[in-house]
Amino acid sequence: MRQNIKFVRDGKTVELTNVDPNETLLDYLRLTEGSCGTKEGCGEGDCGACTVAVGSIQDGQLEYQAVNSCIQLLGMLDGKEVITVDDLSKGQDGLHPVQDAMLKHHGSQCGFCTPGIVMSLFTLYHTEKAADRNSINNQLAGNLCRCTGYRPIIDAALESCTGSAEDRFSESLEATTALLKKLDDGEDLFVGDEERFFAAPASISSLAQLYETHTDAIIVAGATDVGLWITKQLRDLPKIIHLGRVKCLDLIKDNGDEIIIGASATYAQALDSLTSIDPDVAEVIRRIGSTQVRASGTIGGNIANGSPIGDSPPLLIALDAKLTLQKGNKTREIDLEDFFVDYGKQDRVAGEFVSQVRIPKLAPSQTLRSYKISKRFDQDISAALAAFRFTHDNGIISEARIAYGGMAATPKRATETEKTLVGMDLNNSNDWQKAIAALELDFKPMSDMRASAEYRMDAAKGLLIKALHETSGIPTTNTRVIGIREAV
Amino acid sequence: MLHKSPDKEAQTTKPLTDTVGKSNKHDSAERHIKGNALYIDDIREPKGTLHLAPGYAQATSGIIKSLDLTAVKSAPGVVAVLTAEDIPGINDCSPAMGDDMILADGHILFHGQVIFAVVAESHLEARKAARFAKIEIEETKPMVTVEDGIEQDASVLPPYEFLRGSPKDTISKAPHKIMDSFRIGGQEHFYLEGQVSMAIPGDEGEMLVHSSTQHPTEIQHTVAKMLGVSDASVVCECRRMGGAFGGKESQAAQWSALAALAAHVTGRPAKMRLDRDDDMIMTGKRHDQRCDWQAGFDDKGKLSAVDVEFLSRCGCSADLSLGVNDRTMFHADNSYFYPEARIFSRRVKTNTVSNTAFRGFGGPQGMVFSERMMDSIAIKLSMDPLDVRKINFYGEEGRDVTPFGMKVEDNILDELVSELEQTCDYRKRRDALNQFNKTSPFLKKGLALNPIKFGISFTLKHLNQAGALVHVYTDGSVQVNHGGTEMGQGLYTKVAQVVAEEFGIDLDHVKITATKTDKVPNTAPTAASSGSDMNGMAAKYAAGTIKDRLIELAATLYQVDKEAVTFAKNVVQVGDQEIPFSELTKQAFLHRVSLSSTGYYATPNITWDRETKDGRPFLYFAYGACCAEVTIDTLTGEMTVDRIDILHDVGKSLNPAIDIGQIEGGFVQGMGWLTTEELVYDDQGRLRTHAPSTYKIPTASDIPEDFRVNLWNSTGNREETIYRSKAVGEPPVMLATAVTSAITNAIASLKPNTIPQIDTPATPENILRSVKQMQAGN
Repeated sequence: MRQNIKFVRDGKTVELTNVDPNETLLDYLRLTEGSCGTKEGCGEGDCGACTVAVGSIQDGQLEYQAVNSCIQLLGMLDGKEVITVDDLSKGQDGLHPVQDAMLKHHGSQCGFCTPGIVMSLFTLYHTEKAADRNSINNQLAGNLCRCTGYRPIIDAALESCTGSAEDRFSESLEATTALLKKLDDGEDLFVGDEERFFAAPASISSLAQLYETHTDAIIVAGATDVGLWITKQLRDLPKIIHLGRVKCLDLIKDNGDEIIIGASATYAQALDSLTSIDPDVAEVIRRIGSTQVRASGTIGGNIANGSPIGDSPPLLIALDAKLTLQKGNKTREIDLEDFFVDYGKQDRVAGEFVSQVRIPKLAPSQTLRSYKISKRFDQDISAALAAFRFTHDNGIISEARIAYGGMAATPKRATETEKTLVGMDLNNSNDWQKAIAALELDFKPMSDMRASAEYRMDAAKGLLIKALHETSGIPTTNTRVIGIREAV
Repeated sequence: MLHKSPDKEAQTTKPLTDTVGKSNKHDSAERHIKGNALYIDDIREPKGTLHLAPGYAQATSGIIKSLDLTAVKSAPGVVAVLTAEDIPGINDCSPAMGDDMILADGHILFHGQVIFAVVAESHLEARKAARFAKIEIEETKPMVTVEDGIEQDASVLPPYEFLRGSPKDTISKAPHKIMDSFRIGGQEHFYLEGQVSMAIPGDEGEMLVHSSTQHPTEIQHTVAKMLGVSDASVVCECRRMGGAFGGKESQAAQWSALAALAAHVTGRPAKMRLDRDDDMIMTGKRHDQRCDWQAGFDDKGKLSAVDVEFLSRCGCSADLSLGVNDRTMFHADNSYFYPEARIFSRRVKTNTVSNTAFRGFGGPQGMVFSERMMDSIAIKLSMDPLDVRKINFYGEEGRDVTPFGMKVEDNILDELVSELEQTCDYRKRRDALNQFNKTSPFLKKGLALNPIKFGISFTLKHLNQAGALVHVYTDGSVQVNHGGTEMGQGLYTKVAQVVAEEFGIDLDHVKITATKTDKVPNTAPTAASSGSDMNGMAAKYAAGTIKDRLIELAATLYQVDKEAVTFAKNVVQVGDQEIPFSELTKQAFLHRVSLSSTGYYATPNITWDRETKDGRPFLYFAYGACCAEVTIDTLTGEMTVDRIDILHDVGKSLNPAIDIGQIEGGFVQGMGWLTTEELVYDDQGRLRTHAPSTYKIPTASDIPEDFRVNLWNSTGNREETIYRSKAVGEPPVMLATAVTSAITNAIASLKPNTIPQIDTPATPENILRSVKQMQAGN
């Protein structure tokens, strides 16, 4: 068992023995290191001013991802490389190419979001594909700028992120890779004592054992939610168990007719596999949080925290996903929809953790449609999310699985609506009224700052109508302003 | 590349001089992108610096019955807990009216009002401790909405009215009339750098306050008044802000005062940086308003009379509500001549945070009204809305006087709007769009081309003054300082360009220094778009004074006429001799010639008298126009902005790249205000959208792929402004009314001659509600 945290900064391994489980990476950078280039804009991972790049070995290769340092716990960086805006042109004659382009295109005004934007673009610069408007929009969705209106930043990205990285970090790629591989020691990590610790077990058995001993510990995967308990609710979380180092818990497996996603696989890691199910699945994942959030956040976490407004649960419920839970060495599998018992209550006992989710692919007779409704398209929390899986033959629906988020205290199936849809003719829209009306039996949504109950119901109905039209064959160019399938 | 880049623009616009008119980089651009531009929270803290956090109650209005701070005081790291009793001087941080408490004293006026402040060894300890207070409030029923306030007859200031003719009678007799009421939402500034201040105590009674503020002089005054010391004892400094947008004009004062109070009480440096949620809960926003109006017009859509009432939610105190709401009235006409008009504004008091300045300063609300009126007339008469706008433009004699009596002398509306109409292909796109809407059952498109006309000058006359201080050093380098503050708008760069031009030296020889009240005193806030106009001119005068001395010296030393001394390219031409600028400055020192000077500018021709409603409030108007195309989804209310074309008038641009940055950024900020940015208060008056997770400003994908921005090819401001340029900070925000008009246009396609009811922001919810109302009538 290892009792210190190790990560790479500026080509050297940093070792810290005295790490509070609640300390954030941002506080470490600004208060301990005195690296003040990285800014705090919101403290909740929503503005991106604190964006830094984190390097890690993915499938043997060094990859950089943008993360929000304000809600990354310092211990989560174990085994990784951290790069901040202060490092980009350190010791260099000129600026980094993305900095150059930002300068040339007048990409900063007040400059406060700029370090985060530069770091987001830095990770885009280090991806192998040349950037286009879509990839830039996605990359920047988590970086708010209040001054420029983004146009010069987008131009800077188009010019500099060409898919071939040549900078001091690509030059030292091998050295950094070697350093990181050395840090991947397969040891359980435990910093602190029995009362207050940051732990990152290296195997599923260690995780199970530790969690059975400390059932009061908080399990953290990406900390995109738990981070806010610390920075916003100011809760003290004395015992943290991080999943990021657990071998095999991040597995992603395509079994031909189903996909298995391990609990610690991030959205970013799972995206490609999930895209193979349907473009609408990819679009829902794309609109969860931001690039920074998807680099840290996990589908396992999105399920396990039981939020009524998580975006992946209704989608996975419509796909008839199964959830595996583990306690000690015992595992059990349940229908995902049964996991969500009530608001704030899930079917999970003390010491038991989510280990994986199994997602069936679509049969040839099945059509999936899913939609997210929010005030802003990117990086917003849903007012409502709807997912429909219709099994149909010759225009007649034989089975419907429909789930909505944001419409009840949990992600929930529209069982009455499903029933009325069976046998319905997709080509006769007059026939649909009963099903649309049935949504009112299924849901009594509430009003909050995201939407009124009335709007949620109206939109829910509109989405059902849209899904039926699309399933009947109308192209989405005629039915959508966003997420057009034909463009994929 | 997107359609128009500033580099392209810079190439097509010939610089006015060697330096002025060039697209120089923002002075801090390189530091921004390297992360070494220092904001207040980045300044190395002096040893022993303490940190503050505010404490407040969970009530909206009432009387503080008891305040138990025992647990706060004994929390880890806490050094002191400040309450109103600790204030040695006056407990007020208001800009003028004396009605904003630094720390609550007995009464709670809104949810988030600061009752105490924790001073602790760390920011986190202060924040944690602040939550341990036990506060009992005897709650009273809060006034949340303007309707609540009106029911109680509550106002922060008396109402105000412009009246010309008898509009009510004229409307009743008009061939056509419309009567309508709608709501205009407020807006959170969401500057990326939250409110922050650090106070460092000096010799007894002295205080240095670093503040992220648009108004260092007001910080100086507030702190001095709070401490009970003279203004001369307090210095306020601001190098840069991480955004402000009006939100740091009056709103920075409270946090500076608290930091200074903590420094005074403990004798240690103290810093107050608001957490984002606290910032959004505790600081004022753009005024939301209800707008009740009626108008009379003829068959061609030409107005005969307009009667409009703005019911403005000012919040719990006056703050800057007088100027803000006056400006709503000054711009309720936008670009249109109202032969008869009543423009009335009620400044309603509510138990919500006191609303404040926000880019446009009330003007945007006025223009949202005028544009809704134009759209409504067009729908009612089945006309193209652009034709209705054009027929109502200010024009020749008889149609050139505003409802407040100022003659519009610099009108370029017809030319500018016609040019944009051509270049954006308005008519052809209108036809294509009509065709699309006929055949598209679920998606509907809308198109609008809206003008703006925005008055430049503070409507509070005495604020139209600025000072500058220029030092030339013997090595030929120059320091420039002025009363304006840098919030990202590029003011420092523009002023430095002016000074470099004056001395004929390279821009990098001019060192820009932080705005500081001990360098240039008694300044106006950097607001009302006036920063470059006023400080640029003051700096030019300061540099000009030194230049005159250098000319005189050179003429004497080298026995030439003064006219034979010129400055360019770092060289002084003296007759047929060329002397390096740095040589002449050395000579000046040796010959005991002062190389330092102040400069002072007071905007001319401002004669507005608020009491008599007479005179001229503005030196000139800035113009622009925007064409927006949108698509709405009638099943969900979702909307995308598909294309934007902007043509904007900045006179002769001081810096085209910076000006285009202001136009693009201002437009996108305005678009956010009118579409995704929704402030939601619950029925207890508590703001529910107090973080970026719930309050949604535009992100990169919200701007259209097709985004074309051009500067109007101006012959120059007809007034004698700095290099004949025009102010550009605020006007572009209002270009975004074209987006709401386009949305209205799209919804209106659902049912002929029916005016859609739609409030702003046009969220998916508001759009769908409007769509359903239209469909229900079918």
